[in-house]
Amino acid sequence: MLEIKGLKADVDGTEILKGIDLAVPTGEVHAVMGPNGSGKSTLAYVLAGRDDYAVTGGSATFDGVDLLSLEPEARAAAGLFLAFQYPVELPGVGNANFLRTALNATRRARGEPELDAVQFLKLARAETRRLSVPDDMLKRNVNVGFSGGEKKRNEVLQMAILRPKLAILDETDSGLDIDALKIVAHGVNTLRGPDFSALVITHYQRLLDHIIPDRVHVLAGGRIVRSGGPELAHELEAHGYASVAAEAA
Amino acid sequence: MSGRGMSAAAQREARASLAQSFLARFEGLKARLPGDARAREAAALAFGERGLPGPRDEAWKYTNLRALAGMAFHEPFTVVAGCNGLLDRLPAIAAPRLVFVDGRLRQDLSRLPGTMRVSGFAQTPDFGTLVHPEREPLAALNTMLAQDGAMISVAEGVDAGTLVLASLAADVHGRPVAFHPRHRVRLARGARLTLIEISLGEGVYLHNPVSEVLVGQGAVLTHVRLQDEAPGAFHLATLYADIAARGTYDGFALNIGARIARTEIHARLGGENAVAHLNGAQLLGGTQHADFTSVVSHEAPSCTSRQTIKNVLSGKSRGVFQGRIEVARGAQKTDGYQMNQALLLSADAEIDSKPELEIYADDVKCSHGATVGALDADQIFYLRSRGVPEPEARALLVRAFLAEALDPIADETARTCLDEAVERWWERQAA
Ligand SMILES: Nc1ncnc2c1ncn2[C@@H]1O[C@H](COP(=O)(O)OP(=O)(O)O)[C@@H](O)[C@H]1O
Ligand SMILES: [Mg+2]
Repeated sequence: MLEIKGLKADVDGTEILKGIDLAVPTGEVHAVMGPNGSGKSTLAYVLAGRDDYAVTGGSATFDGVDLLSLEPEARAAAGLFLAFQYPVELPGVGNANFLRTALNATRRARGEPELDAVQFLKLARAETRRLSVPDDMLKRNVNVGFSGGEKKRNEVLQMAILRPKLAILDETDSGLDIDALKIVAHGVNTLRGPDFSALVITHYQRLLDHIIPDRVHVLAGGRIVRSGGPELAHELEAHGYASVAAEAA
Repeated sequence: MSGRGMSAAAQREARASLAQSFLARFEGLKARLPGDARAREAAALAFGERGLPGPRDEAWKYTNLRALAGMAFHEPFTVVAGCNGLLDRLPAIAAPRLVFVDGRLRQDLSRLPGTMRVSGFAQTPDFGTLVHPEREPLAALNTMLAQDGAMISVAEGVDAGTLVLASLAADVHGRPVAFHPRHRVRLARGARLTLIEISLGEGVYLHNPVSEVLVGQGAVLTHVRLQDEAPGAFHLATLYADIAARGTYDGFALNIGARIARTEIHARLGGENAVAHLNGAQLLGGTQHADFTSVVSHEAPSCTSRQTIKNVLSGKSRGVFQGRIEVARGAQKTDGYQMNQALLLSADAEIDSKPELEIYADDVKCSHGATVGALDADQIFYLRSRGVPEPEARALLVRAFLAEALDPIADETARTCLDEAVERWWERQAA
């Protein structure tokens, strides 16, 4: 279970997160929606451990473990995965090598045996097939020369291979056509189960037609201003954030 | 004395005094030195006039030899005993090899090839025709004092496979020694050779090799050099290459050792469609200094030169790149490319980059560039967010930075040997 209480964070002395309260029980998928600049990515980065954000208050625990005290790699080892809104290009790093390095680092941290190249490729090929990702994506350098959609699909591929316990997807749907969107949804839905939870950050209700969330939260001005069931997404789609935020204020 | 605090006058004096000691050594030895005595006298004259290069020598602007000038070098003893385990440090390469210890060819440690002619300079001295002692003071020093070296020659049309040329500095007596091996590699028309040159050692020494390389028409020389000299060593290597029509000199030099290193290359593309690759990487730490200096002369039409140099600099190390591409009047359709990139792993590391183009033909394609940067914080975070610990993430990104330079090395043996050296360097930095 992910439990965020009164979380505050600064960037360059400006407070962006102004006290976030949010709980995602194990086995549930929650959506976070909100206007541009409301702090959604900041929340995702703070949970993943990016160090240009200063946490000034509150707490975030995952299965009772204090996330904020862990290095980013330790959070990953604990089961956290962030699908980046803007995936990073790694020139000179082959995607397969990257994925295997990541998987083995995580396995090592968990005391599991590492996979050799053959074992890894078998697993990776199974996932690329399942997610309709072309095999050559494994051979290319990480995200280099990838289209926006390919980058997002590569994030989902990483998630599928790393099998996190808690996935945070930061606008993984934006810029995708409907087929790619379904692949992303499929990637999340196959992981769904009693031991998996997810925080799906999205701008549009469209993704939530394919990943039905247990709860929907509205983030505005650095706070969760409303929470509700899946129907809240439809309400937002119909009336916009302004009215929802105003209603909450 | 560290030398760093020395005044300009004191530095000049130290250089002059070391130059004098080399000249005195020549006077003492010359009756017994092999080969063309007139060439040696001419070189001694040139060296006597120029002395060791100082900061006023344009070609040595970024590489100050004051630390070298503060040394007193002795003549190496002829070593017959073991080599302090240095042989074990040579990569296990199943190929013929020539092993030099303190500049002397050791037949007993070598495995002679059947596919080419090899001999020691001591037995078959030949100064060749490409070296310019009057221009390059270290080539003059070498010509004056060279005692041994590898004379390698591959006959027309022969694919000679791989040859390892190892230079070991044995530190037998625990005092600084200087050696000046003179190598010559000649590939006749259509011949092929992969030459893997490895320099390593212990103690304090000056390794001042000069190589003459002749690549005949349509011949291909793959020349991979790994310089992993002792931390107290000075490695000043000068290479002159002449590439005939349709010939290829495919060079790569990896510098990870030595206190001060210089890789100087003069390559002349003398026949149509000749190709020169003068690639390299310099991985430095501590207070190491490594200088990659090259001059490529396009003297015939339709030749290609390619050069990518990657520097990875940590600690207070300093990398230097000086590259000049000269295109002669008639050398139309020249294709020249030069890129120097530096990855600075610490705030105190430094890179100096001086690319130059000198073009006298009008129909040419020449470009050069340089980049400097640190590891990218977003890239490190991306890797860490995937569970990769920070040191491993950094190592991965450094290897990625080097990949562009290393990937074109098609020879698997050479590539493995370089990859292992990169790993060793990385482990040393972590230690
Ligand atoms: N690294 C940063 N440096 C400066 N400002 C930032 C940085 N990251 C986010 N911000 C600011 O914080 C606010 C929230 O941004 P973000 O979390 O990206 O919003 P969202 O993802 O909801 O669009 C914005 O005003 C943005 O400009
Ligand atoms: Mg965002």
